[in-house]
Amino acid sequence: MEQQQLIPHLFRTEYRKITSVLCKLFGITHIQAAEDIASDTFLAATEIWGLKGLPESPVAWLYTVAKNKAKNHLKHDTLFRDKIAKHLLQSTEATEELNIDLSEQNIADSQLQMIFAICHPAISEEAQIALALRILCGFGIDEIADAFLTSKETINKRLVRAKEKLREAEVKIVFPQDKVRERLATVLTTLYLLFNEGYYSASNQLTLRKDLCSEAMRLTHLLTENPGTDLPEVSALLSLMSFQASRFEARTTDTGSIILYDEQDEQLWNRELIAQGKYFLERSAKGDTLSKYHIEAGIAQCHTVKADTPQKWEHILQLYNKLLIIEYSPIAALNRTYALAKANGKYEAIAEAEKLDLRESHLYHALLGELYSCIDNAKAIEHYADAISITKTEGEKELLRMKMDALRF
Amino acid sequence: MKEFLFIYRTDPAMIPQGSPEEMQAMTKRWMDWIGGIAGQNKLSAPGNRLEGAGKVLKPKNVITDGPYTELKEIVSGYSIVKAATLEEACDMAKGCPGLSVGGSVEVRPVNPM
Repeated sequence: MEQQQLIPHLFRTEYRKITSVLCKLFGITHIQAAEDIASDTFLAATEIWGLKGLPESPVAWLYTVAKNKAKNHLKHDTLFRDKIAKHLLQSTEATEELNIDLSEQNIADSQLQMIFAICHPAISEEAQIALALRILCGFGIDEIADAFLTSKETINKRLVRAKEKLREAEVKIVFPQDKVRERLATVLTTLYLLFNEGYYSASNQLTLRKDLCSEAMRLTHLLTENPGTDLPEVSALLSLMSFQASRFEARTTDTGSIILYDEQDEQLWNRELIAQGKYFLERSAKGDTLSKYHIEAGIAQCHTVKADTPQKWEHILQLYNKLLIIEYSPIAALNRTYALAKANGKYEAIAEAEKLDLRESHLYHALLGELYSCIDNAKAIEHYADAISITKTEGEKELLRMKMDALRF
Repeated sequence: MKEFLFIYRTDPAMIPQGSPEEMQAMTKRWMDWIGGIAGQNKLSAPGNRLEGAGKVLKPKNVITDGPYTELKEIVSGYSIVKAATLEEACDMAKGCPGLSVGGSVEVRPVNPM
């Protein structure tokens, strides 16, 4: 790999490892110091590699420089020296040589513990996702801003506040031994949102969106690899993500426009990811917990078979019924109504849709547009027009206009 | 939003003894109906079905056995829903599949302790 591509690549894979290990060592209060040392290391790499060419082992080079920088920091930062170094040095047999362990095992442990520290109920979900992208996935501030369709300034502020909160809450970077399941629920929600951010985001930067999805999957995978966090709902979530991601290539055009499910080229569906989804769904079928991820994975599996049969839609409808009984969400309510139309007919679905109190949502009107099509086209057009006026993304407006125009002939 | 208890009652003679397909069709109607309430974000607790057999305890340690074939209606299940008014809750109960097989739904406002 050429140096120009190598550094961004290493940044993505190594920044998070260095930060996690240092942060674990220093404590959450010094998360900023850990990040700065990791950033400085990459700055040094850019400068020195540019002058002298690539070292023999770039990763080992980065680790050595990061270790030295951490030791220097410990020596020169007074606050750090007084408060942290003493404590650290005492615990490492009071030697000058601070043990910064960048072994594979410690990296994996530190990252797992950082997941729990960052996905902490003390901070908002939005802040958790931003922090996760920065610290756990090594995303640049500009990339995070692009993913959220907001400014770098907003993201910076959000990150600073989130770190303050973590400090105030005195969050420990440890494995939550006694309440794994409880804390894991927050972690899974964040990973789920992270994935969805990539999958459904209005951002038209396809590569970036794909990266969000694969990072969410990587972190979930990490959880399945540790016996302490390898619970059935984790496998279920990974299964769900795999099934969804299998259609990633098929659901947008080269220019980023949406391709609807019915019009997707099945050949573009990723068979490996579908197989992975099946594997983790089977793996999730143990114990007596039926999480929403289990049900959603089941629904996602149904969608990996394109045939539009009544049996398929009946199965999907029943899964949505169960999902809503476990946990309400507007999107599940709308999707259920669509499945109801497919399984029980449009008239029943229209009656049910009218009972939903979701008039503010463009998806609600898009659904009614679909349901009224061929039954009452005037009403369908009205709903499509409402949906177009509410939605903010150009791609969706375009799609809705096409559907609306088709009814006019 | 207040909570309301739906108490489902069925005539024991009317409990479907049909084929597995008929039983499945009935289960589907119940699931679709409860799913519809959940889809409106108005389901507090899906509740449960109740088995026909049971016992009734009365003062002085008198215990009688079920099933209560002599009764015209037995409680066959319950759910808890959310609604603004008793009228709204009754409207929601109108779609209950039990009504089509001679059952009834008792709608009772929950009075939190």
